[in-house]
Amino acid sequence: MELTSWGRYPRIKASGKHFETREQLKRQMDQDGDLIAYGMGRSYGDSALNQRVVFSSRFNKIMNFNPETGLVACESGVSLQELISVFLPQGWFLSVTPGTRLISVGGAIASDVHGKNHHVAGCFSTSVDSFELMLPGGEVVLCSREENERLFRATCGGMGLTGIILTAVIRLQKVKSAFIRETVKQCRNLEEIFHCFEQYQKLPYSVAWIDCLESGEKVGRSVLMAGEHADTGSLDIKLNRPVSVPFDFPGFCLNRYSVKLFNRLYYHTRSTFVENRLVPLDPFFYPLDSIGHWNRIYGKGGFTQYQLVLPKTASYEGLKLILDRIAKQGLGSFLAVLKLCGPGNGNDLSFPIEGYSLALDLKIEKKLFPFLNELDRIVIDFGGRLYLTKDVRMSKDVFRKGYPLWETFAELRETMGMKEKFNSLQSRRLEV
Amino acid sequence: MNLLVLGANSDVAYAVAAAFARHEKASILLASRNMELLEKKVQDLTIRYGVEVSCCYFDVTDFESHAAFYESLQKKPDVVVYSAGYMPEQQADAQKNYKEAQKIFAINFSGAAAMLEVVAGDFEKQGHGSIIGISSVAGERGRQSNYIYGSSKAAFNSYLSGMRNRLCKRGVHVMTVLPGFIHTKMTESLELPELLTAQPQEVAEDIYRAFRKKKNIIYTKWFWRWIMLVIKSIPEAVFKRMGL
Ligand SMILES: Cc1cc2nc3c(=O)[nH]c(=O)nc-3n(C[C@H](O)[C@H](O)[C@H](O)COP(=O)(O)OP(=O)(O)OC[C@H]3O[C@@H](n4cnc5c(N)ncnc54)[C@H](O)[C@@H]3O)c2cc1C
Ligand SMILES: NC(=O)c1ccc[n+]([C@@H]2O[C@H](COP(=O)([O-])OP(=O)(O)OC[C@H]3O[C@@H](n4cnc5c(N)ncnc54)[C@H](OP(=O)(O)O)[C@@H]3O)[C@@H](O)[C@H]2O)c1
Repeated sequence: MELTSWGRYPRIKASGKHFETREQLKRQMDQDGDLIAYGMGRSYGDSALNQRVVFSSRFNKIMNFNPETGLVACESGVSLQELISVFLPQGWFLSVTPGTRLISVGGAIASDVHGKNHHVAGCFSTSVDSFELMLPGGEVVLCSREENERLFRATCGGMGLTGIILTAVIRLQKVKSAFIRETVKQCRNLEEIFHCFEQYQKLPYSVAWIDCLESGEKVGRSVLMAGEHADTGSLDIKLNRPVSVPFDFPGFCLNRYSVKLFNRLYYHTRSTFVENRLVPLDPFFYPLDSIGHWNRIYGKGGFTQYQLVLPKTASYEGLKLILDRIAKQGLGSFLAVLKLCGPGNGNDLSFPIEGYSLALDLKIEKKLFPFLNELDRIVIDFGGRLYLTKDVRMSKDVFRKGYPLWETFAELRETMGMKEKFNSLQSRRLEV
Repeated sequence: MNLLVLGANSDVAYAVAAAFARHEKASILLASRNMELLEKKVQDLTIRYGVEVSCCYFDVTDFESHAAFYESLQKKPDVVVYSAGYMPEQQADAQKNYKEAQKIFAINFSGAAAMLEVVAGDFEKQGHGSIIGISSVAGERGRQSNYIYGSSKAAFNSYLSGMRNRLCKRGVHVMTVLPGFIHTKMTESLELPELLTAQPQEVAEDIYRAFRKKKNIIYTKWFWRWIMLVIKSIPEAVFKRMGL
């Protein structure tokens, strides 16, 4: 079969099998050769791609829920969307959620995903009490902060390279409503938006859309969206079926002029300042989930997301440089997102460190990769790193410089036989 | 409402059970062979929909057990869904090995016929109930690649149609479900055309809606009605030369 993930680049020939029980998975693992877990394929690059994969989507049963504590036990193929639709009506919501609900619990742990509340709530692993992991020989171990802590730290953010996550116990947060009190503020440049992030730090959720085609005075022009769970409003949620992009857009639709126009419109149609308006939770967290297959607008060739984070002290200078380069290059991105992250969590390969993260969706084209190589150098020089779950191209060196704990991780893989059993195109490229 | 699902480990059956739990708050009994899977599904459906769910062992090919199985049910069902199915590779397996062919007939047809006869007897007496048989568009015309499976479904179609004829007089609803391609473990190793292939949840919603409307025969997804109309209208002299 043809296999790809959200960026639709690369597309590879692969074989894949679903599993519904541990024995079925064990039988897969007993076969010669390496494999990687594939969840819902919402990672952008090649971290879930391999000649042989195992699909977790049918390993998707909810096992237990404690309405006193908000602890859910479930299999790794359960999607965040399912957790929301079952538990939000009962007053519980995910403690940490990324910008899409269409990912699996296994994928959330393997990428140690973060959301708009990273500065107060940390990564997804913060809400994980424990999980079961199937190791190369097929044995299953329970991992938590108390038990097999080493495996816990390597697996959260470990991109499926330590084993197959089978089940997990995760902690939901209590909410009173399915609505958010949202504040929206236009910021004219980078300085203003940095200031705004600090100003709204008390609010649990914040993120900014940023216009990457502006330069000079206006570099960093953006719209901050911050919010908190509302006290009022009902708990009912209607997760509408998305309208779908029916086919690949032809390549010429996306160019610096169309992006510029889009960005102008986006910026100027936002109100300059709105405080505490009540908005439904779904579009606040998951604006893109209302459009199915939106990755098709980037055309057949696919796209990638370049997500970097820089340490806070270096963020202003570094981002200015990077944004300037992007604007000059004219590689506009419809979707560019800026976020102030909280402190890192010490897991081997979890992405966030304290500072600013910038993410841009970019169409794959000839000039793109050489240009991103240049940006890589700036990122590394300023002490930053790139997000593995979005990556499809970074070099081994950039990876090693960005993730100083890579060696500990690689050592664990070596000694526990993971290196022979679990590999993705990404792990081969990064030689980890 | 009490729902009994036969062959409940089928991916379609799980989705159908979920649809009845969601829309009807039905109490559900899942009957199939793999108990490990059934027990997981019991937990799962209970937590997701807050309905009563239980499970028990049931083998459709163990004909002798059917009457006792039905007898043993504490609460008699209002709706019975038959979803057990078996479709091995025909050329490599079913054509060469009659045991495989026999298994196809037993699971897709004779097991169903034996078991549903027991159910029909009870429903007829009660004067109410719904029997939902999940058959296949493959039963509408035999094709070279899949006629053994297809003929088992054709038999099931005739069986359901006759049963509908008999039971409608007693107010019992019998529905024949004719799905096209569905993404399930049955079709996992096949390369199915994405545009024509449904998710089990979509099929389940179609089934539930048709159940509410007391339909006799439904195609799911809907376009299979038209695809089959074309396929059925090809003259045999032409059809036999085609490579379907
Ligand atoms: C629109 C959109 C918005 C996003 N927003 C954010 C965001 O705000 N923050 C953020 O952090 N990320 C974000 N992401 C990225 C996404 O959350 C991650 O890539 C996530 O890991 C995808 O999960 P998945 O189930 O699709 O996994 P896949 O993409 O299938 O796999 C991702 C990785 O997880 C591993 N994996 C999956 N299941 C298992 C398992 N059972 N056991 C072991 N390893 C496993 C795979 O091997 C692979 O390495 C976004 C993605 C999209 C498309
Ligand atoms: N998938 C498709 O594309 C498609 C298309 C048209 C029609 N259909 C029909 O739709 C129905 C459901 O299909 P599906 O794809 O959901 O199937 P599936 O996922 O492959 O499941 C079939 C189930 O049948 C059960 N079963 C088999 N033999 C049994 C027996 N002797 N006793 C009790 N249960 C038995 C098995 O349960 P255990 O694991 O417990 O043994 C198995 O889980 C079938 O009748 C199929 O023929 C499917």
